Amino acid sequence: MALHISISAEPIAHLAGVPITNSLFTGVIVSLLLLVFALSINIKPEKQLKPKTRFYIFLEMIIEALYNLNVDIAGAAKARVFFPLIATIFIFVICNNWIGLLPGVGTIGFLEKSEPASIVDISPIDQAYAQTHDAATQPATIAPEEHGETMVEPSENALSSEESIPVPSDSAESSHADTTSPEESSAHSGPKFVPFFRAATADLNTTLALALTAMFMVQFYGVKYLGLSYFTKFLNFSNPIFTFVGVLETISEFAKIISFAFRLFGNIFAGEVLLAVISFLIPVIAPLPFLGLEIFVGMIQALVFAMLTLVFINMATISHEEEH
Amino acid sequence: MDNLAVGLAIGLGTIGPGIGIGLLVSKGLEAIGRNPEATNKIQTNMILGIAFAEAIAIYALVVALILKFV
Repeated sequence: MALHISISAEPIAHLAGVPITNSLFTGVIVSLLLLVFALSINIKPEKQLKPKTRFYIFLEMIIEALYNLNVDIAGAAKARVFFPLIATIFIFVICNNWIGLLPGVGTIGFLEKSEPASIVDISPIDQAYAQTHDAATQPATIAPEEHGETMVEPSENALSSEESIPVPSDSAESSHADTTSPEESSAHSGPKFVPFFRAATADLNTTLALALTAMFMVQFYGVKYLGLSYFTKFLNFSNPIFTFVGVLETISEFAKIISFAFRLFGNIFAGEVLLAVISFLIPVIAPLPFLGLEIFVGMIQALVFAMLTLVFINMATISHEEEH
Repeated sequence: MDNLAVGLAIGLGTIGPGIGIGLLVSKGLEAIGRNPEATNKIQTNMILGIAFAEAIAIYALVVALILKFV
């Protein structure tokens, strides 16, 4: 089948009118797995943990490395306060980055007819029939309505529908429908492939939510450590230069949110696109080094997200007078 | 024309980050060469810096992908 890439997460179900997208679904599954994992380790009584298993020591190693990194940046006293947030962000992001690399994520799904909110699971033969059938009947009416982005496409469609040769029109239709914009593909009414799973961080909504949470916590810790004098960073009328700097600081806070969200989303989504394209071109062996690269990128991006949050929090908790 | 825009967006957008990452790594390696004991610290900061520079390329990539697929 043709290459399937969608920049936004597709809804797989509707719960009381709210669409449940595949990335939300995967994100909830990852969160539940992490929750169960944490509880299953934590629920054991203290004495049972003392004869430490290798697995437990391995986990401790990871947590300790994270903690030492925190101490390096924020200092021992503050690291204890910030560590839970930073570690949560790191673990959540890294698990969500890596879940997108598992086989089956993004490849197992169902075919959706283009009518909204109707989920029809049809076998490939039915689908092929429906496609050729649609191609034979519909483009004659739809082709004139297209925005005329190129002169070739409508005539091509009309030609293939007039001749009604099943195989070429089928392939042309499916490849066209999959690589063009959503409204166009819906106009062609070919069944759309919707995967059940999609890495949560490959959805801009998740990364934006993470970025908002992180930046909110930056402001929270700023107020917690400096009190109301934290806001003199943004509103300072003692000096025209400081007023201007305050405006710049305010803008940069919002820029950080956008930067956070797009960095993570871009990296993970680009990784998925890269893997999809490579395995589309050469399905065997060739994707392996890229999988290795994506594992590395997933880890680095989780680390970068957590470390930047920590650095921003640390900067917010240092008062302006202390800096000099 | 659309495809041309996509190509230009990602092609021009990666020039800056390419130069930036090159400078970062060259300076980082120089520093490691001078002071091998500080390798860990330099490497961590270098990777953080690379992630910052790479983010610019990722913005260009996101723009290109939006132009291509939306």
